[in-house]
Amino acid sequence: MIMHREMLGRISLLLCLSAALAQDLCKQDAEHGYKVRLSIKTALGKEAYNWTENEMFLFQSTLAFAMRNHHREHKFEVSNIIVCEETPRVSFWFVVTAPGSNSTLVQRGDVENAIRKSRSRINSVFLLSDETLEFIGIHPTLAAPVTYDSPPWLIAFGVVMGLIVAGIIALFVSSAVQKKRKKQSYEETEDNMWIENGSARDGVRNMAFVEEDKFTPM
Amino acid sequence: MLSDYPPLPTCFQLKMGKTKDSGVEERPKWDNKVQYLLTCIGFAVGLGNVWRFPYLCQIYGGGAFLIPYLIALVFEGLPLLYLELAIGQRLRRGSIGVWTSISPLLGGVGIASLVVSFLVGLFYNTILAWVLWYFFHSFQNPLPWSQCPLNESRTSYNTECEKSTPVNYFWYRETLNVTADIEDSGSLQWWLVVCLASAWSIVFFCFIKGIKSVGKAVYVTATFPYLVLTIFLVRALTLPGATDGLVYLFTPDILKNPQVWLDAATQIFFSLSLAFGGLIAFSSYNPEKNNCERDALLVGVINSATSLYASISIFSILGFKANNGYTACLNENVLVLTNNFELPDQSITVDNYNQWFDYLNQTKPEEVSSLSLKECVLQTFLDQSASGTGLAFIVFTEAVIAMPGSQVWAVLFFVMLFSLGLSSMFGNLEGVLTPLYDMALIPKRIPNAVVTAIVCLISFAVSLIFALGSGNYWVEVFNGYVGSVPLLIIAFFEITGVIYGRGMKTFSDDIYFMTGKRPNIFWKACWTVISPLLLLVVLVAYVVLQARIKPSYPAWNPAYSLFPQTETKVYPDWVFAIIVLLCVVPVISIPLVAIFRLIYRMKKSSATSNLNPYDNKAFENEPGLEKYQKA
Repeated sequence: MIMHREMLGRISLLLCLSAALAQDLCKQDAEHGYKVRLSIKTALGKEAYNWTENEMFLFQSTLAFAMRNHHREHKFEVSNIIVCEETPRVSFWFVVTAPGSNSTLVQRGDVENAIRKSRSRINSVFLLSDETLEFIGIHPTLAAPVTYDSPPWLIAFGVVMGLIVAGIIALFVSSAVQKKRKKQSYEETEDNMWIENGSARDGVRNMAFVEEDKFTPM
Repeated sequence: MLSDYPPLPTCFQLKMGKTKDSGVEERPKWDNKVQYLLTCIGFAVGLGNVWRFPYLCQIYGGGAFLIPYLIALVFEGLPLLYLELAIGQRLRRGSIGVWTSISPLLGGVGIASLVVSFLVGLFYNTILAWVLWYFFHSFQNPLPWSQCPLNESRTSYNTECEKSTPVNYFWYRETLNVTADIEDSGSLQWWLVVCLASAWSIVFFCFIKGIKSVGKAVYVTATFPYLVLTIFLVRALTLPGATDGLVYLFTPDILKNPQVWLDAATQIFFSLSLAFGGLIAFSSYNPEKNNCERDALLVGVINSATSLYASISIFSILGFKANNGYTACLNENVLVLTNNFELPDQSITVDNYNQWFDYLNQTKPEEVSSLSLKECVLQTFLDQSASGTGLAFIVFTEAVIAMPGSQVWAVLFFVMLFSLGLSSMFGNLEGVLTPLYDMALIPKRIPNAVVTAIVCLISFAVSLIFALGSGNYWVEVFNGYVGSVPLLIIAFFEITGVIYGRGMKTFSDDIYFMTGKRPNIFWKACWTVISPLLLLVVLVAYVVLQARIKPSYPAWNPAYSLFPQTETKVYPDWVFAIIVLLCVVPVISIPLVAIFRLIYRMKKSSATSNLNPYDNKAFENEPGLEKYQKA
């Protein structure tokens, strides 16, 4: 966006003024401030971007967006987000001033709620996640564990048991059918056998004779 | 001798059988040799090969454990295995029939085998039910044991889960819903009842047609585990840390703990599934002339080789898991240091952690010590040993979460466990059914499938105790006491019964009849002296060791002060009484039957006066005739 020289002058003046004021408001362990920690290399590896002034500007505007989302009536500006104590880690502190006033800070609780509400938007702006973009003191809302309407395990169970029961029934039916067939053929051959070997039935079967060889060793 | 007389013409025998109609049914036969071998191997290779052998290798140092293990295999496992297969094939009956044939006084050994097979089958199938539960849950993304559920107010995670780990929580709470004490029985967990019903249905389905259906099922159940173990091995070797696990597994421990001998002997004994009666039953369906010596060597060697192969697979995965844990520990420290000293992100990595740590410690020692960094040693992670259900359902499931494509690995793993257990269940069920048929208690008109169904139904009903809240503790009780001492006692009576009851000479003749050559001096020495002696020593040592310590169990008690560690509790008296019963009841039949038969024999000899030399008892009673026919 092309800025007119005038506006540029005014903004730089404002920034200088606010910077002077901000010295007192933003410091380490500020009462209504939060520490932010980014782990860009961990999250993105080779695709990691460098943390520059522009990125910081983006952060301030994103946070202003989050505050606006939370307090619909108030128009937060980038200048309301004051940043300090930046380290190579990348970590820094920030405080939020109320729009229109340079000295009153927005309460901690308010800031927290605003951030919570827009957390996923803030994360996605920087291509980070809850673990790699940390607001120290604001715990990420726990991801609800995935729930299913119909538990998948019952489906798996149903499939397996259906197959087994079908298999059991099939085996029973097939063996019953086989038995019937066997009985029919057996009846036919048995009649033949008795006719052929009728002579074997005549006379007395001498069981003792048959088994004698088994008894001899005794 | 029998072999000197020409065999009767078979068509004559067949006709005799048909006309008699008292049911000399043809004994079932294996379709081919491969089915028989696969069934025996499947029975021997079970869950213990995967989750007990690697654990023993680990705690004794693999290199050191293998030596006593191989010695026990050669002098105890193989002779007993050969003996069981030979006697079953020769006498062609199940366990009760075999021992009654050798001597009526030994009939109790068969009954003991039947009782032990039944009791072991109860809790073994419960473990399979647990495996099924995990299998059904492996089709979700993300896996349910990878995350904690929220507590009731949805403000934070469930406390029990947070204090321990999601994996532990899923096992103890969502699967078992375990109570804190064995005395507190809790209620029936409906989901476990459902899984138990499924497990028994699957066993029944495979067993409907007896060995006809079992023989076909083992083509899959006995071979699939090898496929999965290979896949896991290949996968694990591509993951970091696998070689650490393997090196750790095989490094011998310098400490010479004499208990390693006891553990090796018991491991080989239980691993081969001896004394259950299942092996006797399986070999009784063989043709009479079959080289059972080669079969025994094959089954024994394959069983041990599988244990070894499984431990290589398992330990590659455990090495990966340990490496993961070690890296996570280091990363935690890295983060603490980076955040505290406001160093740029990723300036400290796992690789240069040590240098950075030394540098910071030199420049700012007080600050570093105030950070309370964790001590990260790879050895501690490798030392986290687990066996049994702990290995499968806690340690391994945790490793699976870390592998890319977790669902596939979870499904493969649990199907492998299920097929390992299923093929062992076949042997257990066979050890129950065949003696029942031999005892001729069951009327012939009831088809075999119905008998199998009734046995499965009764087993399912009794095993519902393992679906209670305290079920896991009861499984441990059964596992520890039914599956140990009674088997050793039965095996001892088996070997002395065959060698001294039937006689070494008769047994050698049997083997000559079956294989065409007599057993060599090694087998004879083992059977007569070495193996019985080994068994006796192992039995005595085992009992002495058990008796020294008051039996206790690890309880999962969220209210325990040191939670998530398990609380060691002592068994109450009534449980102790049940333990004693479980050890005694299976083997009590051995002396009882012997005494009963002795009394019966004394009564008979005093009553009968005429010993008619022409009275060959052929006309007295038909069942006696059958007995002599088969001998």
